[in-house]
Amino acid sequence: MTDLLASILYEDWILHALIWLPLAGTVHVLLTSAERAKDVAFRWSALVFVLSLGLWWSYDPGDGGFAMVSSVPWIESWGVGYSLGIDGISVFMVLLTTFTSAIAILGSFEYVKTRRKAFYALMLLLEMGVVGFFLATDVFLFYVFFELTLVPMYFIVGIWGGQRRIYAAIKFFLYTAVGSLLMLVAILYVYFGSGAGSFGYDAFMDAGLNLREQLWLFAAFALAFGIKVPVFPLHTWLPDAHVEAPTPGSVILASVLLKMGTYGFLRFLLPFFPEASRHPVVVMVMLVLGVVGIIYAAWVAAVQPDAKKLVAYTSVAHMGFVVIGVFALTLNGLQGGMVVMISHGISTGALFLLLGMMYERRHSRLIEDFGGIGRVAPWFATAFVVTALASIGLPGTSGFVGEFLALLGAFETHMVVAAIAATGVVFAAYYMLPMVQRILFNELDRPENRTFADLSRREMAIMAPLVALMIWIGVSPTPFLERMEPSIEVVLERVEGARTGAAAEADAATNVAGPSPAFAPTAGRPPTDPSNSPARTTSSVGPPAPPLRAASSTLSSTLPSASDRRAMPATGHTRPREN
Amino acid sequence: MLLDYSSSFHYVMALLPELVLSVWGMVVLIAGVSRRQASGSGQELGWLALAGLALAAVANGWLHSGVSEAGADAMIAVDRFRLFANWVFILGAALSIVISLEYVARQRLQAGEYYSLILFAVVGMMFMGSARDLMMIFLGLELMSIGIYALAGFNRGDRRSAEAGLKYFLLGAFASAFLLFGIALVYGAAGSTNINAVSTAVQDGTAVAGLMIPGVALLAIGFAFKVSAVPFHMWTPDVYEGAPTPVTAFMAASVKTAAFVAFLRVFLVGLGGLYADWFNILWWIAAVTMVAGNVIALVQSSVKRMLAYSSIAHGGYLLVAIVAANDTATSGLLFYLLVYTIMTIGAFAVVLTVGNQGEANARIEDYGGFGWRKPVLGAMMTVLLLSLAGFPGTAGFIAKYHLLLGAAESRLWWLIVILVLTTVVSYWYYLRVAWYMWMKEAPEGADSADPAITPFAIRIVLVASVALIILAGIFPDAALDLAEGSAESLRRIATEAGAAAGP
Repeated sequence: MTDLLASILYEDWILHALIWLPLAGTVHVLLTSAERAKDVAFRWSALVFVLSLGLWWSYDPGDGGFAMVSSVPWIESWGVGYSLGIDGISVFMVLLTTFTSAIAILGSFEYVKTRRKAFYALMLLLEMGVVGFFLATDVFLFYVFFELTLVPMYFIVGIWGGQRRIYAAIKFFLYTAVGSLLMLVAILYVYFGSGAGSFGYDAFMDAGLNLREQLWLFAAFALAFGIKVPVFPLHTWLPDAHVEAPTPGSVILASVLLKMGTYGFLRFLLPFFPEASRHPVVVMVMLVLGVVGIIYAAWVAAVQPDAKKLVAYTSVAHMGFVVIGVFALTLNGLQGGMVVMISHGISTGALFLLLGMMYERRHSRLIEDFGGIGRVAPWFATAFVVTALASIGLPGTSGFVGEFLALLGAFETHMVVAAIAATGVVFAAYYMLPMVQRILFNELDRPENRTFADLSRREMAIMAPLVALMIWIGVSPTPFLERMEPSIEVVLERVEGARTGAAAEADAATNVAGPSPAFAPTAGRPPTDPSNSPARTTSSVGPPAPPLRAASSTLSSTLPSASDRRAMPATGHTRPREN
Repeated sequence: MLLDYSSSFHYVMALLPELVLSVWGMVVLIAGVSRRQASGSGQELGWLALAGLALAAVANGWLHSGVSEAGADAMIAVDRFRLFANWVFILGAALSIVISLEYVARQRLQAGEYYSLILFAVVGMMFMGSARDLMMIFLGLELMSIGIYALAGFNRGDRRSAEAGLKYFLLGAFASAFLLFGIALVYGAAGSTNINAVSTAVQDGTAVAGLMIPGVALLAIGFAFKVSAVPFHMWTPDVYEGAPTPVTAFMAASVKTAAFVAFLRVFLVGLGGLYADWFNILWWIAAVTMVAGNVIALVQSSVKRMLAYSSIAHGGYLLVAIVAANDTATSGLLFYLLVYTIMTIGAFAVVLTVGNQGEANARIEDYGGFGWRKPVLGAMMTVLLLSLAGFPGTAGFIAKYHLLLGAAESRLWWLIVILVLTTVVSYWYYLRVAWYMWMKEAPEGADSADPAITPFAIRIVLVASVALIILAGIFPDAALDLAEGSAESLRRIATEAGAAAGP
């Protein structure tokens, strides 16, 4: 496979193709007739997905830096480049995007009956924006794509949404815009601070900011991404947008758009402002927000009569796990966060699709309107149960791997936080299982539910790959973990580099410069010996943390360190959510 | 060719675009008078006026390509800054005339006077952009303003148009008085009305501070009136709403451009030495203008009025460039004015079309469902609105970003924060039009807002402006280089003036 891809120079054109093919599809959809729009759109998105699959083989983790890099000057007088690259973090986000876009387009065949051309054109435009966001390695370009995704989503929610669609659309738009524009100010600050006259990723890494500046800039970036994620107090746009959005909009929103926030944490927030990111107060604030999000969202979800709103709140809870995993600042935590992102993208997207199918059949999303569906629609019920269990995080499903690793990572450094967050896993069962029971298994007491049709062949084709992925990641996460590990190491070393750099600074008390360029990820692994660093040993609460980190760093060069973790799901049966 | 003003021919050359337009304005006027009795729509006079603008463009291009001036003290500057401003004026006037063609015919306005007034106003604007003498600026301002007073009240049958003309005249006269008084005081302080001489006097310390500071304050107020900065903006919404829509477009775009280029030249070149004195007052005016313009625009129910307040807000963004007072900001201001001219006139072209080439359907409810009935027109309006909002992918974003770069270079972080937060506010009212167009149905019982026709001329303007907006939003390099070169030509003069002031 790799040879085949190499023979067609796959790496040279694939990233550009992934961005511009959806745009070509948009134009094609606009030029075609309304009847054919859905087929045309699906073919384009399927083409993009099939092409993107090659990344699975052709992306070589290597040292975790950007691969398939290409850069063309764009706005030369400002030092802006059209620069693309892919690494172990973005490769999964891109695959998730191309996959869910195709699935969502397929899933809207029955749901969207009006103004189809505009709808499918906007879906493809949205895909273009999101893929561009994940591939951009120029900060200006990244910002352009970040904003560009807002417009199609605004129209998708506002035109094809429910009763309060305009309110939800404008709320979504304005919330995100506040954050992103303040981030723009921060970007400008770094641009002038670095003095490099470039918006390139490396130039931003070497900006040489002091701690005080980093904290301010961190706040601006964290606000932008935190709204997008959404982190606890900033989440209020999400339930509105999810409930009002049409099914495909909800799918894209949950699967992909929320990931833009957490991806922003990993790609920009931590590497650009390493000293602020590892500042104990910042870490604690973010962890607490993550925990509060998990617990609060779980409680709120438990009392929702509207199934779609319930699932919307579970997104907030899941994203809380990502935040905890990321700000644990350990390899396990970050990898866990990544896996939760992927898993949530698949399972929550699938849940929204299933709820959309229910709505298409019964024109209701209220849990109480259903009951006993399992008897009349067994395939539907099977898919629903597997998806719900993956969302809860049952061992053997994708959700378990992610949440387990995220909690493990948090446990290494912040035991109390991890302990409280772990209760969120119990709550997940508490809100999800009653919904499953009331929809699928109670008495079949409503006559209109007796004619509830089972999955059609198209719907089967939608659900089968989703369910397969949930189980595949749950059973065998290693291919995923080993692809993302080097890039996550790079992020961690960037943060750790700041840590040891700051410690050395404190020791020598002479150096006033910011993080030295030697710790830039492209320069390879810095010679950090954990035992030399007083800051590290004093700040880590979980006793086994430093040895674990060190062990995994040294091991990873010889054998995939994920392999020793593969056994963990099997030994993790003590968790209370299996019944 | 080097202009050293050794012969009177050189004066003619330096003023070639202005002279061409002045003569052509009279030609249009006479042509209009001589066809008065004949029947016809008067559109041919519009095309005649456009031909005049084309000639002026040729003259401007000639100045642009091969002419330079000796020294930098002449009353009329032949620098890139002026020529860039001229391009913007010519473009704005041309677009305004094209969108007027159908309107003037349908409203039975006197075409000859209408088009010649536009040309004369452009001459005034060009003088404002080129003048290196405060008196010349005042003359240009008056020439422009008198034309615009008449144009604002041109739809005599409409009470609101008459009100707009009168209101604009009274408040414009006020502004002129402030400006003239300021000029008098600066003259008293510096002993000259030449901007370079004023600059020298300021830097030498020979200017009388007791006269200079009040003079600067009055100049600032006069210009603030003309750029409709808060709190001197009160006339703007009423005038913009009442004036004939094509005239409103012309005012919002070109009059503002003229006021800003004169504002910038006077304050950065002439009064640059007093930066510390006027920095605070302009900082506050910029901040208040951005906040008030955007916030009040939120509650407007008429699209025309909403665009009026939005133009006030854009004036606030542009003031940030003057406060920043560096090359990047100056180039940003020029680029912004170019983009702003295109997108504003484009948006008004849609307003005109929704209004059936008249003043109908001005309420935002009338836009309900408009996008689905006229998808191409709706899509173009959406692009223009996104550009006005400064959204990536459009030239409005590049322009706003350019302003931010300039402000960041001068470390005006709080002003930048105000700018971006008010931009978020502006998203709301621009998107509101979009949501009426695409997410609502047509108002019940109201006569449909569907335009009976979209005249060919309007289509040309819309396609051209949308294409330019997207093109400059994705490939801005050429326009940015032009703006940067123009901004640098201004600095060269500033530094020369500074060097002359040295010991």
